Amino acid sequence: MTKEHTPRTSFVARNPSVLYLLMALGLFTAVVAVLSEATGVGLISTSFVKTLGKTLCLCLIAIAMDVVWGYCGILSLGHFAFFGIGGYAIGMWLMYARTEIIVAESLAGQVIPPTPQEISDAIGNQIFGVVGSSEFPLIWAFADSLFIQLAFVVLVPGLLALIFGWLAFRSRVTGVYLSILTQAMTLALSLYLFQNDSGLRGNNGLSGLQNVPGLADSGQDVVSLAFFLASALALALGYLLFAWITDSKLGNIIQAIRDDESRVRFLGYHVESYKLFVFTITAIVAGIAGALYYPQAGIINPAEIAPIASIYLAVWVAIGGRGRLYGAVIGAALVSLLSSWFTGGGAPSINLGFYTIQWVDWWLVLLGGTFVLVTLFAPKGIGGLFDKLVRKS
Amino acid sequence: MTSLLEMSGISKNFDGFQAISNLSLQIGEPELRAVIGPNGAGKTTFMDIITGKTKPDEGSIRFGEDSRSLIGMSESEIARLGIGRKFQKPTVFEAQTVRENLAMALKNPRGPFSVLFYKKTREGAARLEEIAEEINLTDHLARPAGELSHGQKQWLEIGMLLAQSPRLLLVDEPAAGMTAHEREHTTDILKKAAETRAVIVVEHDMEFVRRLNCKVTVLHEGSVLAEGSLDHVTKNKTVVDVYLGRSDAGD
Repeated sequence: MTKEHTPRTSFVARNPSVLYLLMALGLFTAVVAVLSEATGVGLISTSFVKTLGKTLCLCLIAIAMDVVWGYCGILSLGHFAFFGIGGYAIGMWLMYARTEIIVAESLAGQVIPPTPQEISDAIGNQIFGVVGSSEFPLIWAFADSLFIQLAFVVLVPGLLALIFGWLAFRSRVTGVYLSILTQAMTLALSLYLFQNDSGLRGNNGLSGLQNVPGLADSGQDVVSLAFFLASALALALGYLLFAWITDSKLGNIIQAIRDDESRVRFLGYHVESYKLFVFTITAIVAGIAGALYYPQAGIINPAEIAPIASIYLAVWVAIGGRGRLYGAVIGAALVSLLSSWFTGGGAPSINLGFYTIQWVDWWLVLLGGTFVLVTLFAPKGIGGLFDKLVRKS
Repeated sequence: MTSLLEMSGISKNFDGFQAISNLSLQIGEPELRAVIGPNGAGKTTFMDIITGKTKPDEGSIRFGEDSRSLIGMSESEIARLGIGRKFQKPTVFEAQTVRENLAMALKNPRGPFSVLFYKKTREGAARLEEIAEEINLTDHLARPAGELSHGQKQWLEIGMLLAQSPRLLLVDEPAAGMTAHEREHTTDILKKAAETRAVIVVEHDMEFVRRLNCKVTVLHEGSVLAEGSLDHVTKNKTVVDVYLGRSDAGD
């Protein structure tokens, strides 16, 4: 028995889902690209390309959630905060750079060329007029630099996760207490951003993010396809990264931490460092996913960071199947697409005679019911059912 | 025989309950030692204190040639120093295979990054096979640990301890729930391990202790009541009164 089962197999043989996912993703991207409006075929509308692109970003944060929760056992209700921070970081540049172009155009006709100060004031007026201000807050200091804002997409969620995780894990906060702590962090961030003097336009959030400066000449069909492709690439790379991490010996250790944390300590592993590593790297990936999502959504506001978003994320992963990366992809794609179908008026209402079921109202009930059913009857989620089928055939 | 572990004057009070009081104990290297005592004698707290899970109120614990103090060290630091622990209830990682369980315990760098980039080595694989043979699990390496029988899980845990290559092994009731045949094999494993290192076995089962044939320390109310060969301590009047006299194990 042992002799046949040698551990020295290749990475792909040990992780067949990587190959299947990359093939499926490649095929899916090619079909969407060919059928999109950008190529002139137009069978898939630009708005649907955006929906699909956003879905890929949600799949990316879902696999990050699966690693931190499904593999390492940390039920974080804060990963959507990292997602939002990534969105805000790129959104600041998008908004600043585009406003700068508009301001430059409107001031171009003047006899006396505007001074840099005048341009800066005009941009400030445009962006912050809505919250009754025209001053640039300190956090916009680097908003004119795409490079620095891109670095922030990675650095800010990473540093926040590092500091928060260090404080929480070293105090050995675990289980539901840690979940509550992460939720509190998310809520605090969201409430802070809701304030007008937070420097990020309060509840207005950042908008017009779909307009990429410098690409004004290319239509939204091309821009949305480009973001769709970038999201697909990010998902593929993220999947490879997490498959590699979970396949490594570190993957064994974090699953061991999930199952019996104190036993791992007595094996000589510093459990807190492992948790911190996983928490931080998944937060970074969540930030990247958010930076790709919000330019496709066009708008980001503090409501996106509300704790409910992170709870949805946990629901997707639970329905898809914890502890299997493809389960998280399936769960996030299925539930988020169904959600936009049901709440976007796509699903027909059901007339019961005495009452009409409007899915906009009843979708959450359906989702909650499904979650309960999955928890009771398929605790390993859709991915678990999938595994059973594969083993039978 | 040099002294590997020296505990002196250890006391621990849990909200008014004196779990350990003024306990002193020395273990040499190599040595096999059995620790016995009635329920509530402080056997588990004694292990918790050595492995860093519980901080003592008083006393000192010194380990190794350079007599490093273990007080204030974290569980993982103490484990890396060379103290391995087996729990009473077998705690193996049931979702993972026997091989993976052993590989995690193998003595290798323990930092997250060296573990992330860890490559399997020929020596590691050979050592793993060697341990698997010793604990009778060669044919089960590819099975999830959760599928093993109770006795096999106990062995796997002992195997994980051996894989850590500790200098001191703390083993809590290794024979609990084992068949007579399994017990015999467990005795052999422990005796062999004690040829090269210090092994402390906490055990209830007198027959098992007799078979270990080693020095015995009797704990009672958190301190050492008697020490010596099994025959010596079973002749001790106080020991008979507090422990053996009121259990059926007095053979």
